[in-house]
Amino acid sequence: MQAPVPIEPGLTARKVEHRMPQRFTFTARDLTRTFAAAAAVAALVATSACGSRAGEETAAAESCVDTSGDTIKVGALNSLSGTMAISETTVRDAIYLAVDEINAAGGVLDKKIEIVAEDGASEPTVFAEKAEKLIREDCVASVFGGWTSASRKAMLPVFEDNDSLLYYPVQYEGLEASENIFYTGATTNQQIIPALDYLAETGVKSLYLVGSDYVFPRTANAIINAYAEAHGIEILGEDYVTLGSTEFSTIVNQVKSAGADAVFNTLNGDSNVAFFREYANVGLTAEEMPVMSVSIAEEEVGGIGVENIEGQLAAWNYYQTVDSPANTTFVEAFKAEYGADRVTSDPMEAAYNSVYLWAATVEKAGSFAVADVQAAADGVSFDSPEGTVVIDGENHHVTKTARIGEIHADGLLYTVWESEGPIDPDPFLDGYDWAADLQVSN
Amino acid sequence: MDLLVGQVFTGLSTGSILLLAALGLSLTFGQMGVINMAHGEFIMAGCYTAYVTQQLVGDAGASLLIALPVGFLVGGAMGLILEAVLIRHLYHRPLDTLLVTFGVGLVLQQVARDVFGAPAVNVTVPEALRGGVDLLGTTVPKTRLFILALAVVAVTAVTLVLRFTPAGRRIRAVVGNRDLAETAGISSRAVDAGTFFIGSGLAGVAGVALTLIGSTSPTTGQSYLVDAFLVVVAGGMGRIKGAVVAAVALGTFQAVFETYSTASLAKVGVFIVIVVFLQLRPQGLFTLRTRSLA
Repeated sequence: MQAPVPIEPGLTARKVEHRMPQRFTFTARDLTRTFAAAAAVAALVATSACGSRAGEETAAAESCVDTSGDTIKVGALNSLSGTMAISETTVRDAIYLAVDEINAAGGVLDKKIEIVAEDGASEPTVFAEKAEKLIREDCVASVFGGWTSASRKAMLPVFEDNDSLLYYPVQYEGLEASENIFYTGATTNQQIIPALDYLAETGVKSLYLVGSDYVFPRTANAIINAYAEAHGIEILGEDYVTLGSTEFSTIVNQVKSAGADAVFNTLNGDSNVAFFREYANVGLTAEEMPVMSVSIAEEEVGGIGVENIEGQLAAWNYYQTVDSPANTTFVEAFKAEYGADRVTSDPMEAAYNSVYLWAATVEKAGSFAVADVQAAADGVSFDSPEGTVVIDGENHHVTKTARIGEIHADGLLYTVWESEGPIDPDPFLDGYDWAADLQVSN
Repeated sequence: MDLLVGQVFTGLSTGSILLLAALGLSLTFGQMGVINMAHGEFIMAGCYTAYVTQQLVGDAGASLLIALPVGFLVGGAMGLILEAVLIRHLYHRPLDTLLVTFGVGLVLQQVARDVFGAPAVNVTVPEALRGGVDLLGTTVPKTRLFILALAVVAVTAVTLVLRFTPAGRRIRAVVGNRDLAETAGISSRAVDAGTFFIGSGLAGVAGVALTLIGSTSPTTGQSYLVDAFLVVVAGGMGRIKGAVVAAVALGTFQAVFETYSTASLAKVGVFIVIVVFLQLRPQGLFTLRTRSLA
């Protein structure tokens, strides 16, 4: 909200006009006068802004969420433009689907859910800005969205300062647990560690690590290094490329000559396309040296070209091919809504779950208020497409089944291994001795 | 040893990719001094030309051969329109040109997103170009050999056009001294448009070729833009020879640095080398002696 700037009574429009230089000949006195006027206005704006901010903070503490009508507003904050749009638009589709389904079934606490959509534009600062707008101006009860860790970290203080709720649907690097965020994607012990367990089980003794240069791959690789040391796996190389880089000649040559048993790939986005093309072209195959990826889902396979990636592995909690009644319903509903050629992926499913988990928590709490939702969250469960997920009230993550998938010629991933039941979230890896002195930069 | 041989080739190959992306820019930016931030999007347009051609033709090999000239025309036509509609009016306002073309680039990205969807699309590599060739004990991907060859062809073609055709002579005359060229009866307007057509067309060709190794998505062009500008600046404005040497040098630097560190650190290394180099030699590797006062 913008408080109107008080206009200095003596400063009428005519006078302002009079002060405007007719020609570009500033005298020293003109300059001083303009400068003084500008300073005065700036001071006024500053004071009024401070005043209004203080006023709004009290309002925010009371929360401006309107629960009197027969609709309740929630925010959908995804990148619809910029480099992340490729992934985040799919998440938004899943959020809309879940909301439509819940509304068709009667809504939440007998109120229909109304989505206020905003574009995060692939910029963490925009995410923070739009989150603030959704909370303060649109007065939404909760926000669904975010993808990159940078966007989440930018939004975190906004949600904490305004005491509002964010549901974040993407697997991430762990080491975080905010009262104001619910993490419905996997943390490291539900994705990366099971992937390593699987590789170790299949006899992998050496690894080569390739990743994009930002927080998730760096943290993931720190965990992988600690794991490897404790389990007698040799790390033959660790390479990072700048986000979006498409030059993989050298890295693939190095991977090839290192001759590791497998490659652990934490590349993100377009880089995967160039990496896998180069990988196939120098004659490396999934049989010879499998690549385990943690950022390639059904959506990405099409862009890479299935001929370049067939047989390679991925670690997620959900695939379109997961065999469960809930998943059949989900996939059918999604294809009916968005077209038969569309695929469903892990982050989409986690986003879909997040809406249902929020609705179930609100129903359990009998209230939309943040404090009530937080208090009621522990133990709330949802029979999701990946299996039953349960919110852990302690760290706001959910239990998830880990699955290793193999990419087949039809572009889909098929489960080749899954954990025995859902794994409890452990974002700080407290339950793993080898991770005790893990040094990770944040 | 294998790795070293591999890296020598990698340097050449990376250089050829940089060169292909930068060649068009060395005409529009180097010769005409127009900072065209939409150059990357012309490359992207080339990528999507390859994709659409493949969808229509079917056979990957034939469609690649068809897409190369079509990509040139698509890129060229887009350049021509941009030049005629916007850049023409901004020739003496480089900063405005930069902003306007940056905006045009964003618009083109969004158009691509609306038409083809946000996810990357797949351009299938022809059977003949899959796999690698064993060369001195290292495997060299055939796609990279193809791009290397294409870069050589493109540079040769541009050099021949500039040196031996009447149109090329006119371009050199206008670059050398615009006013004097005009007094000699050369329509500098027409030459500008022609140069921009060729430069943008080359971006389209680069886009078609780059689908062989990289992704085809609305943001593809951006990843090549900065490198392309670096090549032109380091090579020296207005010299094709400079672009060639700079591209190969940068490619080799990157490849060698990368062998001893990580790729993102190598990038930093390359930037440092360029900054130091430009401190010592701000005009770039080769300079064009012109009689213009600009």
